[in-house]
Amino acid sequence: MPAETAPTVFRAGPGFAALLRLELLLALRRSADIANPLLFFVTVLALLPLGVGPEPELLARMAPGLIWVVALLATLLSQESLFRSDFEDGSLEQLALCPQPLYFAVMAKAAVHWLVTGLPLALLSPLLGLMLSLPAEGYLCLLISLLLGTASLSLIGAVGAALTVALRRAGLLLALIVMPLYVPVLIFGTGAVQAAVDGYAYGAQLAVLAGLLAAAAALAPLAAAGAIRISLDN
Amino acid sequence: MQFQFSGLADFLAMDGHGVYVWSCYGVTLLVLVGLAIQPALHRRRLQRELQRQRRISEARRQRSENRVAEPV
Amino acid sequence: MGRSRLAWEWFHRLGSPRWFYHKTGAWLPWLALASLVLLAVGSAWGLGFAPQDAKQGNSYRIIYIHVPAAFLALAGYYIMAVSGAIGLIWKMKLSFVVMRAAAPIGAALTFIALFTGALWGKPTWGTYWVWDARITSMLILLLLYIGVLALSRAFSREQVGDRACALLALVGTVNIPIIYKSVDWWFTLHQPASIKLTQSNSIDPSMFYPLLTMIAGFYCFYAWTLIAHTRSLVLQREWRTQWVQQALGEGS
Repeated sequence: MPAETAPTVFRAGPGFAALLRLELLLALRRSADIANPLLFFVTVLALLPLGVGPEPELLARMAPGLIWVVALLATLLSQESLFRSDFEDGSLEQLALCPQPLYFAVMAKAAVHWLVTGLPLALLSPLLGLMLSLPAEGYLCLLISLLLGTASLSLIGAVGAALTVALRRAGLLLALIVMPLYVPVLIFGTGAVQAAVDGYAYGAQLAVLAGLLAAAAALAPLAAAGAIRISLDN
Repeated sequence: MQFQFSGLADFLAMDGHGVYVWSCYGVTLLVLVGLAIQPALHRRRLQRELQRQRRISEARRQRSENRVAEPV
Repeated sequence: MGRSRLAWEWFHRLGSPRWFYHKTGAWLPWLALASLVLLAVGSAWGLGFAPQDAKQGNSYRIIYIHVPAAFLALAGYYIMAVSGAIGLIWKMKLSFVVMRAAAPIGAALTFIALFTGALWGKPTWGTYWVWDARITSMLILLLLYIGVLALSRAFSREQVGDRACALLALVGTVNIPIIYKSVDWWFTLHQPASIKLTQSNSIDPSMFYPLLTMIAGFYCFYAWTLIAHTRSLVLQREWRTQWVQQALGEGS
């Protein structure tokens, strides 16, 4: 038995890279799927000052929280389709039957999801910080915290997406089951930016975000792989 | 140990905190009673369903017996 | 050796819904009696006989339901997750049923903890809702329960729903300590830690014994309702079998 399992482990690396390239190529072809979360992000943040009022002090006070919450929602909304098309055309089943652990497949999908939503969101965030009159001290921290945080969100959301992939109208259900799990990331993300705006050191919060990311990277694909196997039975 | 209030009115008022204390206990009682009787209601629903299905299958059997009996 | 085999036999028997149904029928009246007596004695003691709190006056008497409900709300989540895990690992039918029965009970207890916390806040802090660390954690716990409940109703095939819920409950269990810690940190960041509901270390025995009685009463009540809900779900699931139809026929 060990002689048989060893090559599979060895193959996991190149297989992962190939899958990553394939997923990225597929994601880049569907350019609307990349643009929509970004447009959602910008549109909601443009509506918020209309709702709460244009006073710069008020907006500056709320900017870290607003940007983070809307980034969270944008990630969440794009998550529903993470496994959807693969489930419908049967390639998810093929992946599950592969000798390569499903862990790496989920990892590749979550990584690509982050590359096409989390990364552009984070890169776009300074612009929105400008619109919400975020003080200058906050920009770098906002960028780094969103880079780290959205990666965790993509991984955690993959568990929810895998659990609901076999269900017909999964969008709201996905939000219900995943949002409570997002709480720690939201707290430390906004906490870091708030600390930076107030002129305190924010290294500790970013370290916690990185720790959450490490834990999510280790555990979330395992849970999502289990959830995919369960969903395939439905 | 002794009763802390001078009378029933005093007990209900609880120095002005009565509304909060009593509504807490009331709502808790309601929720607990709901939890306690739910299995019995569920069981009764299952019983009704079982009886209904028995009636249906009984009626179906009688109808088919009649149909067999008619030509004779 | 013989003893461990006996234990395994017992474990396997416990996995059989029919055995569980017949065995637990006799326990229910005793659990119901114990919980009613304990809750009645504890409430009367807490409401009427425990001395008044020096700072909070009579409003502190809400503690006698708030604390036990909050205890069991959290313990109930772990009970739900552990029985789900047992179901996933040993493919035991009954433990999935226990998991499904535990979800609404836990959600109801979480609601009680939140409601009593809010009503307690009014005379103590002057508002119904404060984003206090514990209350916020309770709210998130309620959201976790709601997620499990919503997922359990979404699947058309019961067995798939069982396993999906068990997995979600396990993911929630891993997250609960992280969520609690982060909410705690968030609270100390935004508000000074001067507001505290209870100093549990310094509570006087005359106030503590009724609290213990109520906690014991809530535990008995939890065991009673969990078994009763599990039994009724077992009847629903094993609907087509002979013994269920017999059991339902007897009661009418």
